Amino acid sequence: MATENAGGGPVEYIQHHLTNLSVGEGFWQLNLDTVFFSILLGAVIVLVAMRIGRSLRAETPNGLQNAVEGVLEFVDDQVRDSFGGRAPKIVAPLALTILLWVWLMNFMDLIPVDLLPAIASGLGIEYLKVVPTTDLNTTLAMALFVFALTIYYSIKVKGLGGYIKMFLFHPFGKFLIPLNIVMTTIDELAKPISLALRLFGNMFAGELVFLLIALLTLGASISASLLIWFPLQVVLDMAWIAFHILIITLQAFIFMVLTIVYIAMAHTLDEH
Amino acid sequence: MSISITLLAQLIAFVLMIWLVNKYLWAPLSALMEARRKKIADGLSASERGKHELKLAQERSTELLREAKDKANDIIAQANSRSNQILEEARDNAKTEAERIVAQANTEIDREVNRAKEELRTQVADVAATGAERILKREVTDKDHESAISDLIARI
Repeated sequence: MATENAGGGPVEYIQHHLTNLSVGEGFWQLNLDTVFFSILLGAVIVLVAMRIGRSLRAETPNGLQNAVEGVLEFVDDQVRDSFGGRAPKIVAPLALTILLWVWLMNFMDLIPVDLLPAIASGLGIEYLKVVPTTDLNTTLAMALFVFALTIYYSIKVKGLGGYIKMFLFHPFGKFLIPLNIVMTTIDELAKPISLALRLFGNMFAGELVFLLIALLTLGASISASLLIWFPLQVVLDMAWIAFHILIITLQAFIFMVLTIVYIAMAHTLDEH
Repeated sequence: MSISITLLAQLIAFVLMIWLVNKYLWAPLSALMEARRKKIADGLSASERGKHELKLAQERSTELLREAKDKANDIIAQANSRSNQILEEARDNAKTEAERIVAQANTEIDREVNRAKEELRTQVADVAATGAERILKREVTDKDHESAISDLIARI
């Protein structure tokens, strides 16, 4: 490893990188960087969408419109596969939002870990965590919204009685009602929690690996050992970026598909 | 790292994003794609219909052509029979005319013959009278008489 005493040491370096720029304390802590970057990326999506929307052509779609149409078609296919045609109107836009937005937020992971924080510190901002999906608040917020939608559609489709019955008689029939309540509650709660933690965990771990790779030459002086560590760092970084491109896409896709599946499951009348 | 008010902010941002994505991306583009799908389907069915109509028109045109040919053949046959008929009539007319002319000529000839006979008869009578005169001027004998008569007869 590189020098331990320069730059405040690896632990401090990592902790610095994992600290949000925030205001407020405890529950009232608002992570400004998370909110800023997620809104920024959302704005990018909306602006690009508006730009495409200005020059929509039905007969001869241009390059960008083609690409977006491809994504739209892909999302629509996923929704159709799960719902078999009769999906509520919110599902497809919701899935599209998740795919695009989560992917873009994950993409922030691929920007060199020290680049934006360094610029920010140059501007006098001490902490900056650029990947919104490495903040559990972001992933859990989306997961909870999806969870709320599944409850809403469960009650809408099955009725309130049907929804309660699902807790009472699922999965072990009517003789183990107390156990059923516990099991179904765990089952239901596991959905949003796993949804949130999967994305958060993957992105957080990915960020951490980038930080560890960055640590290889952190604060290193010009010396012979740098000749070994620097090429190794470059190779490792490239390998991890290549792999991470796959992960960010996969995680965005998984989040979208699971959202569709959970809402589709809420529409099935009898789960037995 | 902990759950905080950021979650609420992100939740609001998420809901807003869904609304915005739906308004600016999903709704216009999916409407456009749906319209295009419909247009393509319409175009395909129209072309199918056109093909069908073309086939019908072709069938109809061949039918018309066949009818026209039939009609033309009929007309030609009719004209042929009519010309034959005219020819036949003309031939018949010529024949009757010729017969009429021949008959007329025959009657003419008969009449001429009769006239000639009549003339001859008057001449014979004249000759007979002259002969009788001459005979009577001479001595009338049976013999003479007889010879005169036979002479007459021979002259007739």
